[in-house]
Amino acid sequence: MAKLTFTTQKTTWLFAAVLAAITIVVPILNLAVPETSALHVPTYILSLFGKYLAFALLALSVDLIWGYCGILSLGHGAFFALGGYAMGMYLMRQIGDRGVYGNPELPDFMVFLDWQELPWYWLGFDNFFFAMAMVMLVPGALAFIFGWFAFRSRVSGVYLSIITQAMTFALMLAFFRNDMGFGGNNGLTDFKEILGFDLRSQGTRAGLFVASGVALLAGFLICRAIVASKLGKILVGIRDAESRTRFLGYRVEHYKLFVFTLSAVMAGVAGALYVPQVGIINPGEFAPGNSIEIVIWVALGGRGTLIGAIMGAILVNLAKSYLTAAFPEVWLFALGGLFVAVTLLLPKGVVGAVGIWGNMGARAPGGKS
Amino acid sequence: MISRRNALNTLAAAALAAGIGIGASPVQAAEDTIKVGVLHSLSGTMAISETTLKDSVLMMVENLNKSGGLLGKKVEAVVVDPASNWPLFAEKARELIQVNKVDVVFGCWTSVSRKSVLPVFEELNSMLFYPVQYEGEESSRNVFYTGAAPNQQAIPAVEYLMSEDGGGAKRFVLLGTDYVYPRTTNKILRAFLHAKGISDADIMEEYTPFGHSDWQTIVASVKKFASQGIKTAVVSTINGDANVPFYKELGNQGIKAEDIPVVAFSVGEEELAGLDTKPLVGHLAAWNYFMSVDAPENDAFIKTWQAYIGNDKRVTNDPMEATYIGFKMWVQAVKQAGTTDVDAVRQAMYGQKVRNLTGGMAVMNTNHHLSKPVLIGEIQADGQFDVVWQTEGEVIGDAWSDFIPESAALTADWTYPWICGNCKKPTFTN
Amino acid sequence: MLRTILPLLTLLLACITLQPPATAQTTADQTGTELLDGLRAKSFKAKIAAVEKLAAGGDPKVAAPLTAMLEGRLHIRKSDRALVILEKRDGKKFFVDPISGETLGEAKSRSSNKVRVNNRLRGVLRSALGTLTLFSKDPDIRLKAARAIFKSADGNSLTILAKAYLDETDDDVREALARTVAATRLRHGSDDEKMAAVKILTDFSDQGVRDLLAKAALSAKGDLAKAISLAAASIDQRLAFFGVLQNLFQGISLGSVLLLAAIGLAITFGVMGVINMAHGEMVMLGAYTTHVVQVLVLQHFPDAVTHSLLLSIPVAFLVAGLFGVFLERSVIRFLYGRPLETLLATWGLSLMLQQFVRSIFGPTNREVIAPSWMSGSIEITGGLVLTNNRICIIIFAAAVFLTLTLLIRYTDFGLRMRAVTQNRSMANAVGIRSNWIDAMTFGLGSGVAGLAGVALSQIDNVSPNLGQGYIIDSFLVVVFGGVGNLWGTLVGALSLGVANKFLEPYTGAVLAKILILVLVILFIQKRPRGLFALKGRAVEN
Repeated sequence: MAKLTFTTQKTTWLFAAVLAAITIVVPILNLAVPETSALHVPTYILSLFGKYLAFALLALSVDLIWGYCGILSLGHGAFFALGGYAMGMYLMRQIGDRGVYGNPELPDFMVFLDWQELPWYWLGFDNFFFAMAMVMLVPGALAFIFGWFAFRSRVSGVYLSIITQAMTFALMLAFFRNDMGFGGNNGLTDFKEILGFDLRSQGTRAGLFVASGVALLAGFLICRAIVASKLGKILVGIRDAESRTRFLGYRVEHYKLFVFTLSAVMAGVAGALYVPQVGIINPGEFAPGNSIEIVIWVALGGRGTLIGAIMGAILVNLAKSYLTAAFPEVWLFALGGLFVAVTLLLPKGVVGAVGIWGNMGARAPGGKS
Repeated sequence: MISRRNALNTLAAAALAAGIGIGASPVQAAEDTIKVGVLHSLSGTMAISETTLKDSVLMMVENLNKSGGLLGKKVEAVVVDPASNWPLFAEKARELIQVNKVDVVFGCWTSVSRKSVLPVFEELNSMLFYPVQYEGEESSRNVFYTGAAPNQQAIPAVEYLMSEDGGGAKRFVLLGTDYVYPRTTNKILRAFLHAKGISDADIMEEYTPFGHSDWQTIVASVKKFASQGIKTAVVSTINGDANVPFYKELGNQGIKAEDIPVVAFSVGEEELAGLDTKPLVGHLAAWNYFMSVDAPENDAFIKTWQAYIGNDKRVTNDPMEATYIGFKMWVQAVKQAGTTDVDAVRQAMYGQKVRNLTGGMAVMNTNHHLSKPVLIGEIQADGQFDVVWQTEGEVIGDAWSDFIPESAALTADWTYPWICGNCKKPTFTN
Repeated sequence: MLRTILPLLTLLLACITLQPPATAQTTADQTGTELLDGLRAKSFKAKIAAVEKLAAGGDPKVAAPLTAMLEGRLHIRKSDRALVILEKRDGKKFFVDPISGETLGEAKSRSSNKVRVNNRLRGVLRSALGTLTLFSKDPDIRLKAARAIFKSADGNSLTILAKAYLDETDDDVREALARTVAATRLRHGSDDEKMAAVKILTDFSDQGVRDLLAKAALSAKGDLAKAISLAAASIDQRLAFFGVLQNLFQGISLGSVLLLAAIGLAITFGVMGVINMAHGEMVMLGAYTTHVVQVLVLQHFPDAVTHSLLLSIPVAFLVAGLFGVFLERSVIRFLYGRPLETLLATWGLSLMLQQFVRSIFGPTNREVIAPSWMSGSIEITGGLVLTNNRICIIIFAAAVFLTLTLLIRYTDFGLRMRAVTQNRSMANAVGIRSNWIDAMTFGLGSGVAGLAGVALSQIDNVSPNLGQGYIIDSFLVVVFGGVGNLWGTLVGALSLGVANKFLEPYTGAVLAKILILVLVILFIQKRPRGLFALKGRAVEN
């Protein structure tokens, strides 16, 4: 059985400080430093890293349930995408009558598919606060219902993984349907502004970067607080010996349901931060492959370390951005090879390996899962 | 403790440095090259179609350089792989324009990828050539649409089916993959069929998911729908991958083109390459180009292409012709403008003429769409199409369909005084 | 049967008493290709007229050129504008005289233009050929001929049809002729004859007849209209019944595809516990192997190409199987005991394999020819059409499943395999080389996936994305059926397939698939370990 997984207080604060510093410094280097300066961060890099931060938050949410509670969700992309859709619906409503058909009520795709009025589930999304509430509520509610059924019936292990995959696959097919009223395959796009700020302006991009950084920091600290608390110890207990924990009198399903729902909310927030930065949300985000990739970020960074999840998300996406441009024909070999190599050579992920070299392991879960 | 902290710091720094590195390295872009971005998926679901277009652009760039380059400079193609991932398209477009500083981009296949990159091109005022037939309902100042609009493909095809030569069909099955192109096309077709006096009872509309591979039920229901005593035809907007299993099922269930002809808008020589077409002889496709067309330009193009790719069996198709026309037009426009500056080139594009591969003349109109001929071909046993009908002259691509009420009112015209892609009246300002 | 024969006889008698049509007998001097001159016309309209004239002539000599025209082999030589047939022999092309059949010399590329045919002309050609070949020696050709003119025969052909019917010895052809005679009478007859025709047609239950009746109903009045609508209703009723059977068949066929795709995974994932995301790519390897085998056969033994599919069955098994052994030895074996990490590694492998195939074969689809015995369909009755390739796949899936169960149940290897998966250390203790068994088991699972690839190459794209389309369904089937149980996989695959096909007509393809997914999710709540759960203490881990 693996030992309890903790990073020391000091590492946590150090990491949080680095994160905070990046959140503050990078936008300044983008906005305040002239473009000719060597220190200037181009807007392209800023939005790229803003996207990575959203992915990092998503990876964090997966690490919380997988690394600390042993729930391997292959459907977390669904919560991410639902959060993204909630944000996208708000951004869509913000377009107002500036769409190509100039309809003040209906988004363009509804106009040319002959929708007469806004469907009921779109109501309220013109309000930012309502939309933000939905960003958290919709994924949270889905996770709660799904988890309530699944954990109560003691669906676990690969069975749970596969049905979460089935869930995201079903949602993908559903959102592809144009009849659903979410824009079908094209999804939601052509956003103009958020809270009145032009999405194309440098300032807004910097603002979104800061928001992503703050959200990630908050997510990190929340997760850290949970895993360091008594609750965290019970979670690890469930991860390593579910039946034993149950026999000790803990209502395992309640604990699982709590972290699963919390994790889905975090994923939803990540999705909401992602959408305005990339400018589109479409059913492709529900693709099961995406959800598998999230798990891979976590595994690659180091499962059950929180920091590892964040690092993994950033590293893999950085590699992807770089490789797709530098080696467009063969980059899949490199990426695939990376996954295989890390699994074989760094079983505890990058952070785990660094920890081993530094001779003070942040113990990742090994052995059976 | 120290080593750990160091390690963390190093990791963080490395990540940031690497990221900035992406941005910093290609800045020393030499002044003596003109850069052309290629934004086609080389992996993922769309690689099957898009890789060919990437090769086409590379071939034309190579030939251009052989013949002395452009404006006395060498032309360099910058290839990236957006991996059939739509948000990645936007990221890569921004990278091409801002980091690699390309002067023009050839790319995209699906509508969603185009919608995804559109805001980027508009924000950074760059230029995209989009080479695939699409649903229309768009005219961006920064995009030139060299594929067919619905009035250059769907409507002539249905008119043909209703004609005596086409079999006089009076009942239609509209079969498509559930995404915006089939939905819009079928909406336009339905309005068109109503205008021709065909009632809703004689129209069956059916949508399937992407990559649908089990067509038994649908093909059987088409058969049933067609057995009501009225000549029935199928209009297929089935996308990409799903076509092969669809046609295999069609062949095996014995649906003959003489009984129930199927006309497709997304099936070309490339899609048929993976199929035994003997049972499919006579089913139709509507395009602006077929490889079988007997024209000197076409022969030369096929020869260059097969030599470039090193395979004398490799086929050509309509999106390749659209890429070819777009590329040639851009080169001519750059020469005419004497610069690669986007605004100057755009101005030079209007009215630009290029001989198309079927022996006619392609003209770029001020709505950013081309004038092209419409050809209807029947599938032959060798995987090629025989042209059985074609329009008299070229048809002007229509950005806004006349058959959708909201869109009929709109005009796309990027010359004074309209200067706008979706106007109801002239705007006068830019 | 008497019910059918009586009206038929009246119809036939009516035919024979008819004045024979003024057949334009070909004059003696029209023996050469002048006969065919009309086919050189430019417009389809003129060509159609020419073909109809030739058919009315009834000269069997024109059958060869008309067939060539139908198949796109009739050309006009550019040098002298002569009509010739283009024939391929030993990779070379030759011009052949369309009437006499003698070779006129080798054909250079682009030295002739094809006589273009469109659908309308093709229909006319088919019925012309039908009339011309009604008296062929081969019953298959006669059957084809009788069916070909079902839609098009006019009143003039009735005499010939009647003669053909009375001369006919083959039952199937007789039935087809009766159907055609009735159809022709329904189009071109007096009201009484039409009534008789309707009576005959009532006994057929296929969509062609249904179509014909619907068309006739448009112009019918009074009793005839009533009779037609009655006949149509009874045909509809039978068609609905056959529709259910057809649906069942489609469901089983979809189920057998799912079974084939999933059964390899049932071994690598179900039995060995490897979350094998590269399973789909093994299927893809099998499909590409089929393609390569076919290309090789085509190169060396072009005549045997219809059998190349049979040859690719063992080859695909070996290729995918050996590759599986290689993967197991090089990657998977380091990951036992860490099942979730196999997910990561195999996902990486699957990306690499896709790109590998894309680099070698290109991203476009590869063609796998359907052997003649797998194309087309069997008509049980007109309303129940079973396509040959689906039948073959069902049989193949059953065979694979059976062999696999027997292998695991009754062979020494199967015994060892079960021993290792159930209790590794005990198996080691009794002297089983568990390493070797692991490699072989993974190889077996991969090999079976390769077999699935052979089958899928017949119904789907052979492209680098082939495997991706099936991986999720495969996992779903295995989990639904119960991990570690082959029978569960069988029942799971078939029930998902049949359920899907019965839902589809009501909900459409997309919604049917979504509903199936939701049903499986709900089902797993009820039975958290699938249909056939393994029992015992080992399950807890």
